[in-house]
Order: sequence, then C-alpha cells, then structure tokens
Amino acid sequence: MKFKTFAAFVAPSLILMLVFIAAPLVSVLWQSFHLTQTVYETVEVETCTPGFVTQTCVLETRSRPVLDEAGQPMTETRFVGLEAYRNVLEPARAGAALRAGRLGELLNIDFYKALRFTLTFTILTLPLVLGVGLALALAVNNAISLIRGPVIFLSLLPFIITPVIGALSIRWLFVGDGILTRLLEWWLARDIAMFAQGWTIELLMLFYRVWHVAPFAFVIFYAGLQTVNMDTLESATIDGASRFERLRYVIVPHLMPLIIFVSLIHLMDSYRVFEEIVGFRSQAHVISLQWLTYDFLTPDDAGNRAVSRASASSMLTMIGIVILLIPLLRRTWRDHRRSSR
Amino acid sequence: MSAPSSLRQPLALRLTSAGFLVFWCIVATFPLFWITVMSFKSPVDAFAANPLHVILGPETRAGGDGLSIMDVVAGVAVLILAVRLATGALPRAVARYSPQGRLWLGWIVGALLFALATLVVVLWILPLLLTLLDPWVGFLGEPLVGLTWEHYRAVWWENAFYRNFLNSLLVTAGVVSISLTVGTLAGFALARSGSNLAFWLLIIALVFRALPHSVLVTGYLPPFINSAELLRPILGEFAPTLYGQPWAVIVVLVSINQPFTIWMLRSFFQSIPTELDEAARVDGCTHFEAFRRVIMPVMWPGVITTGLFSFLLAYNDYLVTSLLLDAQNQTMVPAIASYFNRETTTTDQVEAVAAAVSITAPLFVLVMVFQRQIVSGLTAGAVKG
Repeated sequence: MKFKTFAAFVAPSLILMLVFIAAPLVSVLWQSFHLTQTVYETVEVETCTPGFVTQTCVLETRSRPVLDEAGQPMTETRFVGLEAYRNVLEPARAGAALRAGRLGELLNIDFYKALRFTLTFTILTLPLVLGVGLALALAVNNAISLIRGPVIFLSLLPFIITPVIGALSIRWLFVGDGILTRLLEWWLARDIAMFAQGWTIELLMLFYRVWHVAPFAFVIFYAGLQTVNMDTLESATIDGASRFERLRYVIVPHLMPLIIFVSLIHLMDSYRVFEEIVGFRSQAHVISLQWLTYDFLTPDDAGNRAVSRASASSMLTMIGIVILLIPLLRRTWRDHRRSSR
Repeated sequence: MSAPSSLRQPLALRLTSAGFLVFWCIVATFPLFWITVMSFKSPVDAFAANPLHVILGPETRAGGDGLSIMDVVAGVAVLILAVRLATGALPRAVARYSPQGRLWLGWIVGALLFALATLVVVLWILPLLLTLLDPWVGFLGEPLVGLTWEHYRAVWWENAFYRNFLNSLLVTAGVVSISLTVGTLAGFALARSGSNLAFWLLIIALVFRALPHSVLVTGYLPPFINSAELLRPILGEFAPTLYGQPWAVIVVLVSINQPFTIWMLRSFFQSIPTELDEAARVDGCTHFEAFRRVIMPVMWPGVITTGLFSFLLAYNDYLVTSLLLDAQNQTMVPAIASYFNRETTTTDQVEAVAAAVSITAPLFVLVMVFQRQIVSGLTAGAVKG
C-alpha cells in the first residue's frame, strides 16, 4: 500500500485523535501552570444615610468584578508556576505529617487519600479478578456443553452493565434497610451500617469490581482453554503429574500471554477507578484520583470550576499511567524489532 | 469432545466445580434480579425485612395492584407469541419489504416497529383487556403477587425520563455510526500496511487508550465553554458554544473510543485474507473500491462486534456526559444522579431503582441478541494480539 493511500485511509481517525486527545493533553499541561480568574477592582464607596443634624456618611472599600464593554465580568489568565501543584499536593502539610510520623494525617489530605485508595484498589483487585476468572473458566470447561451457553450469558450481565448502575445495584442491597444488610444483621445479631465507615465501603467496591471484571477474564481464559494441547496434558498425566501439577505446569503456562493481557487491561482500567465512587456515593470516606479531578471540574456553589487545580491533578494522575505503561511499551518494542528483523 | 479416561475427574471435583458455577451464577445475577423485583413494589414492600414480602409484595397487593393467575398466563402467552413473531414472521417480512440491497435498513425499521408494537400491546392493550376481564373469571382473576408500574410511570412520565432516553439514543447512534465509519477506514489501512509508521500509530493509540477520561475532559472543558469566542475569528457569527451540545459530546466520545476501535477492527481485518483485496485490485479496483465492494461485505461480523462495544462505551459513559452536557440535555446515566440528590424518602429510592432498571433493560436485550458477537469481540483482541 502506497503511503498516500495509507494516509488517506488513516487521516480521519488520526485527525480526531490529534484534535481531541493529543491537543487536550497539551492544553492540560498549559492550564496546570496558569490560573484564570475574574478580575476584581477595589473601589471606595461612600454611603450616606440621613441623620439628625447632618448625614452620616460611611466610606468603605468594596471589591467588585470589572466589566468589559459587553457587560461581562472580565477574566485574566496569568502564569502561576507550580502553585496549582502546591495546592493539590500541599507539601507543607504533608511534610509536617510525615515528620511527625502520623500517616493518618497525611491521608487526610485529599490527594494522598485518593492515591492511597487508587493504588490499594488496583493491587488488591488484580489477583482476585485473575483467580475468579481462571476458576470460572476451568469450571465451565468441566461442565457439560448444554449449560455452557446459559452460564456465559449470565456471566456477561455484570460485565456489560453500566458501571454506575452496577455499583448502585449492589449499594441498594447493602443500604440501611437493604435486604443483605438485614440478613447480616440477623446472622450476626448486631446493627450494621455498611456506608458509615471507609473500610466497609472499600470492601463493597472491591467486590463490585471483581463482580464486574471477572467475566471478562473468564471469557478470555475460557477461549484460551479451548486451544490447550490435549496430548501434552495426557503425556503429563502419564508422567505422573497430579491434577494440580497439570494446572500449574501445563495449563497456566499455556494461558500466560492471556493472563498478562488481562492483567494489563485490568491495571489500566482499575487505575481509572471512578464510577464506584459515584455509585456508592462514598466521597465523604473514599475517593480516587480520577474522582479528585472530576470534583475539581464540577462547579462549586458559586459556579466556579477549579480548572487549574484539576489540570494539576490530571498531570499527576498521568505520571502513574506512564509508569504503568513503560514495561508494556518496552516489551512491544522488543517484539516488534524481533519480528521485523 | 470426549476426554481420555485418564483425564476423567473424580466425583468430588465435579461437584465442587458445579457448586462453584451455581454460586457464581447466583452472585452474578442476584443484584440485578433483586433491583428488578424491587422496582415493581410499593416502597414498604421494596425495603421490607422479609425477602418473601419483597417478592410477593403484600402491601402492593393490598393497594390494589397485582398479578392474578390469568394475568400471568396472558402475559406469558403474549411474550411467547412476540418471540415467535420476532424469530419467524419478522425476518420474512424484512426480507420481503426491504429495498434492494439495503437489508440492514429494513432490519432497523422492522425492529423499531416491532419493539413499538410490542410495547403498545404489553403496556396498554393487555392491561386494559385484563382489568376488564379479571372480575369475570372468579378466583383466577384475584391478584396473587403484588406488582405495580407506578414507579416507572413516575420516572418516565412525570420526571420526563424519556427526554434523557432520547438524548442517550441520539448520542449512542451518533457515536456508533461515526466511529465505525472512521474506524473501519483506519483499521483496514493499519491491517494491510506493515510499515513502521503503522506500528507507531498503533502504539500511540494504545497509550491514548490508557489515558483517564478525566484528564481529557479537563482539556476540553475551558475551550468548550469559551468556544464561541475562540471560534469567532474562523466561523464569524455562527461560532457555537460547544459546551452542552450533544454533537460535540458525540465527537468527543468517538475520539476517545477511536484507539480501541481501530485496534479491534484491525484484528478483524487481519483475519480476512489479503488475497481477496489483491484479486480485486488485479480486476482494476482502486484501494477504496476494493475496501468498499469486496472487503466490507465480508467484514459485517467484525463491524457489528465493534459497533456493540462503541455502543456500550457511549451508553455507559458517566464522566464525559455529566461534565460536558448541561441539565437540559442530559443522557440517562448522568440523569440518574439527580435522583441521588433527592433520594430522601423511600418512594424516591424506589423511583431511582426503577430508573436504573430502565437503563439496564436495553443492555439485557443486547446480551440476549448479540451474546456470540460480544464473546468473539472480547477474544478477538486477546487471542490474536
């Protein structure tokens, strides 16, 4: 295929990606060093009220937004350097907390709170998703073929459901008078409030994420199991390998590329954890990095969006993604060089 | 497939694995099943302590809403009839009345008409008939299980949820059609070109796929709000404010989805033998003609699968739509957030549940119809790439 034809075919897609993915990244970087504010001016206003003999006059200074010709409040954008980053990271408070050795205080600062949750969430869900997915794939592979279709159908439901709705549906089971809370209360004979403290919410979020993603791992592993070489399995049996050893030394190595693939996708996706916070309404206890940015972007009561802080927290989130991607990119690059040589 | 005797499993293992499957199926479906049941009950029943009360709904029944044996029988009969029509008469009618060579158009119109007719019969004609008939058939007409459509009526009619539904429809239709058009072109070129440039494009797309959407939205928001001023030098008087425009959101979602789309379509194009388009080229087609007349007709499975995943992205999105659209033209998923804010009484809660079930229902149908394509789409990326 000639370069010109190639370019013509790729152009629409490439232009979309450049304008709506690459350009916003540059603009985020720029915004994170700049602050846009309404310009205020201080004016002296003399207010007079009729008094007994003379008027009582009060001189006070007020600040009011400067209006341009069209009557709109004027805004100015200025370079503020790292101020937005300082606002997000709060190095003074964080340093004080660290020096005093009080980790709890550090985790009271929004950014570190979000970072802590995002990382633990990512790391804890990964083995659970892989384990449940693999177990399901093996179990379905064992089952008679008649029930495989229905099981796959039922398994796809949690995967395909809108994330916010999925989180909500689990939340409704566990709210104060939800059916599973009632069940737990009856079983443990004590009052339970699942949404009153952080760790129970995090448990529910972990459960939700595994429930939501395990089907994906399951379908992929199940497809991989169909291509396991039966002869290898049989010869392993003849050599005296037990059932577990066959799983450990034949099946898992065969599935290894798929396990890596699922892990990578899962790491990328769970690093972006967001919908759980919305669905479980956990912002008072648990927040994630992406939610932090979202919160900065949501207008506050006065209708202002903290764009500059949002940009700073976006850039900090990106650093994590880059660290996550480097091993993957290096591996792909090596594979590509090997295959093209 | 019969396993060799040496690989047969002991009974205990089989029972464990069967038990695990049953347990998983219950876990997978229980939350969805339960909110569906809840959405049809009066608030007292929906949050009752006794699970049987939630399922049978005594309070709802006492309120005069319920299903009698005859209602159930009639409902099941209508459903069976609908399924038989959908699998029998509908395809025949579509095949006969579709314009020549535009079968897909016939299917879209046919499916829409059929869905509309089914809804009218199930929601309007059937209840009307049954309320007339129930008093005449004695105990068969006595309500047995409490069930009420009240919350759905409140959500869809009084709270005008249909507007959000129409917005969702507009956004998803736009995203699916545009991202497939743009994506197939790029995917085809990337699959057929082995150059370094193609490789780098794919890698960049991979990096873009990993970006959190909030980062991108941070980039869009200020320019979108001020776009009327920014674009005035280029477009003059007609410069639009992009914030709050559904079509702007469509373009944004298409772009965000583009990396994933081209990766998936590329892997489907790679499974089509190169000989096919080479033959077309020998016969005198240009690249584009070969793509349109020879490759696309055999690409339908891949296009449908990728379309499904584009649909899911657009339909399920919360972050982008809630930040870039304003309250007047919100799509369904962010609109449900307005229920959280006033979820104070139990009636509000059950209405929120009904809204959530309404959002899930189309997805349920989607899995039923397209299960095979979804599975093939999931495995296409993994097994080949």
